[in-house]
Amino acid sequence: MQVSGYRDGPAIRVAGLGKRFGDRVAFEDVSFEVGYGEVFGFLGPNGAGKTTTVRTLGTLVVPSSGSATVAGLPLTPDNGVEIRRRIAIMPESPGLYLRLSVAENLECFADLYEVPDGPGRIDRALQAVDLTRRAQDVCGALSKGLRQRVALARALLSDPEVLFLDEPTAGLDPVATLDVYELIDGLRRRGVTIFLTTHRLEEAERLCDRVAILNTTLRAVGPPAQLRDRLFAKTLTVRTVVPLADPDALFTGLPTVEGWRRDGSAGYVLIVSDPAHAAPSVTRALVAAGADVLSIGESRHSLEDVYLQLIDQRSESGTP
Amino acid sequence: MRAIRRKEFREYRRNGNLVFATAILPLIFLIQPVIQVFTLPTSASMTLRHEHSLVYMLAIPVLVPAVLASYAVVGERLQGTLEPVLTTPVRPEELLLGKAMAAFVPSVVVAYAVFALFVAIVEFFARPAVASALIQGPDLLAQLLFTPLLASWSIWVGIAISARSSDPRTAGQISVLMSVPTVAVTTLIALNVIPATLGIAVGFGAALLVLVLVGWRVVSVIFDPERLITNTN
Repeated sequence: MQVSGYRDGPAIRVAGLGKRFGDRVAFEDVSFEVGYGEVFGFLGPNGAGKTTTVRTLGTLVVPSSGSATVAGLPLTPDNGVEIRRRIAIMPESPGLYLRLSVAENLECFADLYEVPDGPGRIDRALQAVDLTRRAQDVCGALSKGLRQRVALARALLSDPEVLFLDEPTAGLDPVATLDVYELIDGLRRRGVTIFLTTHRLEEAERLCDRVAILNTTLRAVGPPAQLRDRLFAKTLTVRTVVPLADPDALFTGLPTVEGWRRDGSAGYVLIVSDPAHAAPSVTRALVAAGADVLSIGESRHSLEDVYLQLIDQRSESGTP
Repeated sequence: MRAIRRKEFREYRRNGNLVFATAILPLIFLIQPVIQVFTLPTSASMTLRHEHSLVYMLAIPVLVPAVLASYAVVGERLQGTLEPVLTTPVRPEELLLGKAMAAFVPSVVVAYAVFALFVAIVEFFARPAVASALIQGPDLLAQLLFTPLLASWSIWVGIAISARSSDPRTAGQISVLMSVPTVAVTTLIALNVIPATLGIAVGFGAALLVLVLVGWRVVSVIFDPERLITNTN
């Protein structure tokens, strides 16, 4: 079923989606939207339900509850074929025919996708992952990293609107990983929506416009910076050569400084509402007080901090 | 379906175990009767005229596809290729038909080729009386007509077992075991225990046709992508 003008809405819309296998809950009550051309990171610990969510959105698994729209089409059994025509999924395991060559593997999938100009598409996909020279190699003889690249080439064959990548850099060396990052950036520029499942938080922070953190239920959705701001107070870290005589008198009352605490003998963490405004006034106050300042800097929380905080919250709440 | 068929043929060619298992059964069914035919005296032709020894070779289109089809689904699961294939626009029914066709074509070709070879050997090298007693028109026709039906039935049994198995060897062994009743029927006809009448042939053919259609429906139900991918029951 072709829906005209479907690109007006989000590429993926998920509302209260859930999947149970008997008594076991894979994921439940998951809701989010992913816009066209967005790189959306999907994070979570092992067993959080990430892969099952991807399989559900990819029409391989039937949801137990909720609804979804994928590539402009409602996620229903009738739309399965058309949805799969518009998307591509690179699963966690490359899943290649090991007795066939790289080119033969891609030929098979080009035929299954019924892509026009199969040989041309295969050449472009191989170029994109820098595997042109290995086209005739038997997949069984390739390293894990090279197999991963073949699987990525396979996912690119159909020129998908929405591309699900499950751990695309697992097993890749640093150079190949950077190549994949560049490839994802290139796909983003072409307007391809990328749903990236990863354990590498630095990868998500680098590539993703927004991330979702899942641990059976959705813990948070948003841009990494926004999640940081939501979870952690903005802080300035001040270090002096010797401890300040009366830090409370010095820091209390300064503009945008909301509180402070010690961090070691001559270190101070200031909770601020606006680091850009607070830093100059703190510097001036320290100089005026005759303090020998070693450093003043904004404390940066990584996505890993956000992730761990959210997963910890989950554990503390006692939810499975 | 063409994509699946082409891929399957490529995989068959490069799967030594599968080629060996597919080749050994027809050889067994060829060598043993050939030796027997050469040792038969002319006087045996009277007994042979009342038997349907050629029907015995209908075991080939039962056993060969059982081996090939038993690898169809479990082989994909073992390689981790089932999930990528099912994420393409191919329908599960198309995938199954593609796999069935891929097993059907070589099975029927092998069955006809072995049969033709046997007939040629008998015709050229056996004693003339034995040859004329062995090679009977109705038996040739039965071989021609029942080979595709038996192969189709065997393929659906093999794919059904493959869809429920987690080990290709076990799937192969069970598939061959499941072929035994069909082979027993053809052997009993060959030995004239079951009379080879036109009525029996028509009834057997109709039953096979029904079984093939039912087999296709059953396999379509058994082949549950969600269960196969998530390893859940």
